[in-house]
Amino acid sequence: MKKKTLITIVALSLLAAVAGFANCGAGAGGGKSIAERAFVPPGQYDEFYGMISGGFSGQLSIIGLPSGRTLKVIPVFTQDGEKAYGYNEETKPMLMTSHGFIPWGDSHHPDISQTNGELDGRWVFINENNTPRIARIDLSIFETVEIIEIPHAAGNHASPYLTENTEYVVASTRFGIPTPQRDMPVNQYKGNFKGMTSFVKVGKDGRMDLEKEGFQILMPGFDYDKAHPGRGKSHGWFFFTTYNVDEGHTLLEVNASQKEKDYIAAINWKKAEEYLKAGKFETWNTNFAHNVYDEHTHMATTSWGKKVRVLDPSKLPGLVYFLPIKKSPHGCDVDPTGEYIVGSGKLEAQATAHSFTKMLKAIEEKKFDGEAYGIPVLNYEAVLAGEVKTGLGPLHTEFDGEGHAYTSFFISSEIVKWKLGTWEVVDRKPTFYSVGHLMIPGGNSRKPFGKYLLAMNKITKDRYLPTGPEVNHSAQLFDISGEKMVMINDFPTHGEPHYAAGIPASKIKDRSVKIFKLEDNKHPYAVKTPEKTRVVRKGKEVHVYMGMIRSHFVPDVIEGIKVGDTVYFHLTNFEQDYDVPHGFAMMGQQSSELLVMPGQTETSVWYPKKPGVWPFYCTDFCSALHQEMQGYVRVSAAGSNVPIKYTLDDDPVDVE
Amino acid sequence: MLNSVKTILSNILQKLIGNDRMYSRVFMIAGGFLLLTTLWLPLWNIQLEAPQYPHPLGMNIYLDKIMDQGEDTHDIKNINILNHYVGMKEIPEHMAEFEIFPYVIMIMGAISILFGIIGNDKLYLLWFLIMAVLGSIGLYDFYKWEYDYGHDLDPNAILKFKDENGNPMGFQPPVIGSKTILNFVAHSYPHIGSFVIFISMGLGLLAFYIRYAANKIKKA
Repeated sequence: MKKKTLITIVALSLLAAVAGFANCGAGAGGGKSIAERAFVPPGQYDEFYGMISGGFSGQLSIIGLPSGRTLKVIPVFTQDGEKAYGYNEETKPMLMTSHGFIPWGDSHHPDISQTNGELDGRWVFINENNTPRIARIDLSIFETVEIIEIPHAAGNHASPYLTENTEYVVASTRFGIPTPQRDMPVNQYKGNFKGMTSFVKVGKDGRMDLEKEGFQILMPGFDYDKAHPGRGKSHGWFFFTTYNVDEGHTLLEVNASQKEKDYIAAINWKKAEEYLKAGKFETWNTNFAHNVYDEHTHMATTSWGKKVRVLDPSKLPGLVYFLPIKKSPHGCDVDPTGEYIVGSGKLEAQATAHSFTKMLKAIEEKKFDGEAYGIPVLNYEAVLAGEVKTGLGPLHTEFDGEGHAYTSFFISSEIVKWKLGTWEVVDRKPTFYSVGHLMIPGGNSRKPFGKYLLAMNKITKDRYLPTGPEVNHSAQLFDISGEKMVMINDFPTHGEPHYAAGIPASKIKDRSVKIFKLEDNKHPYAVKTPEKTRVVRKGKEVHVYMGMIRSHFVPDVIEGIKVGDTVYFHLTNFEQDYDVPHGFAMMGQQSSELLVMPGQTETSVWYPKKPGVWPFYCTDFCSALHQEMQGYVRVSAAGSNVPIKYTLDDDPVDVE
Repeated sequence: MLNSVKTILSNILQKLIGNDRMYSRVFMIAGGFLLLTTLWLPLWNIQLEAPQYPHPLGMNIYLDKIMDQGEDTHDIKNINILNHYVGMKEIPEHMAEFEIFPYVIMIMGAISILFGIIGNDKLYLLWFLIMAVLGSIGLYDFYKWEYDYGHDLDPNAILKFKDENGNPMGFQPPVIGSKTILNFVAHSYPHIGSFVIFISMGLGLLAFYIRYAANKIKKA
């Protein structure tokens, strides 16, 4: 009898242990299992939009959180044959620069527009690192609507962070370069190369401007890495991390890592505005592209910026100060109150928090440790708030709005949760592998939504089924609603995510446009009714004004095209129903398909090279008769006299 | 509960009968004006629901036009696109009814007001009966239009369906109620304008009734 009791007890406690294991991680998240916390049932929406940069893909992924489902990949700096971005005539100007048309870019840091330091969800901005540019994506249509080139910069890495009322979006250079550019020996870097920092004005309509209301600051030739704005009490200031204050120009991995401390540059942009008003700037001549997409004409146009106002901090006291920070800092993050500026020295074993209040006091009491190129360097101890001695290789810090900070450690491959003010470590969790960026929705604003933390890892290795030598990067989602972080999801990402932005879906989803109104279509080559479709020859140029509606093209038979012509197909989608796009592809055409949304017009150019009859068809499965949505173009020899003729059902289209 | 409601209603009725001349006139005149508001109100709504249309397509039928049920939803255009597959005609923008119906309502509204001013209970009943006849004609006309809309199909239609008897399938929505048509469920129900007409007619009948009841009491 006694034996039986003992066995029962052992069995019961085993059962309890197993149950406890299955339920591990419960406690936070309302006692739900890990699966329940990450699972979004079929037909239900995610709670957050995640906007993850595509890095070397040049694009921006829209991911649902917590599910990790890919909702859309928005082309920004790289041509996209799926959406004809950068291939159709309307969006080619988006990729124009002072170096000409560039089909690719390296997109890094998304940042969502803010009002009063809180996310407002109007636009998301993202920088291009290689050929310095900033793009603006309109979150009512989830399309890139503006790209501005940044002159006097190279490697636009410390960008595109926004001030707390979206007054400015910033850009700073990762490379010191001769400024303005000129032919000179590279080994004369020291003192001669500069690091121009730009403040691009953002208008009420989101439009960026560098020429009239924006300005540039001629900073010393350090490498500027990351940035974040002051907020609340520190609004009016902007903080940039620098490395390579050694001013090395070769073998940087050694030569930029010798000094004990680099700097965080604190720029007082309100002061800059005063200096601009007082006329204390130089006007530099330059040339940069400014590409704007018009939602009503469905077309982008390029205009050219010719001038920029430049401020010289060595001559303008109070404009810039340097805060020392240990060992090649990467992330530069400001807590929700605006008091702490956290720099992460990536070759160190600690993250460093400086105090904004102490910084002001140190400036007032002139606690300087010398200067760099006329810019005062503040005393390290005088501005230091605390050091968080944690793991190896800190990169980035995000905040949950509950007084905690979360820092990624690349080398030790973990996330460390710590307390602002006491600097004590609360929790640490491994990531798989080598986490770079972190993101909490709103985690770098006055009002974070501290429910989830997304870790974006640089190394994927064995996390997913192997796909040859090249594998996608991995992201891991943590539930941070409890004391301890719990990993609840794990998914591959597109390209290489360098930072992300997140926002509650409720702030965006109801403003999402479903169709473009046909009546508002101001495209110069739009046709709005089948009777208006036509084919017009102008010398060797032929313009086809074509309509699309389930499930045919109007017209669908075209004759009179000749070898040597330049044929413009202007396709208007007559549909006015949600989710009924039509596609267009022409056999042998050296371009991408078109994917035309309801009410929109897009244009594709074709250079017919051989006589014959060449088919075109709809590439987007639009209805049960999609496969029937097709047509023919008859191409005759260069000298032939076949007249222009266009029909539908063998009738002229205007008879329909 | 039911009893107390009954008591309240009968009390109200007693009050109305107590001042039958005044109230009956008020009802006729108010009913006339009420009827005129239907010039701007939708009378009927037809909706089409399908898995691909989580927000159903729908149209509102007015005295003088057919409109999308939502703002900027392009329902009619989208219904026409769908219907072209089975060879149905487009939803008309012009119909003879659209020219006639508004005048019928204007005249009947004016007559109701006029009868209220005259104050003759037999005229009240007459007005109600004419309204009932006109309403029936209107509904029959609606049915006929729906029948034609659902059965007069293009012989070159892309999709041709046959019913179980081998006859060409019709796509007529119900006059009132819900019905499955291929992948759609069609819902057809009165909209606010119809209810206003019913209330207006009810006021006419009530005007007659309280006069009738009062006269009966006086005779007794």
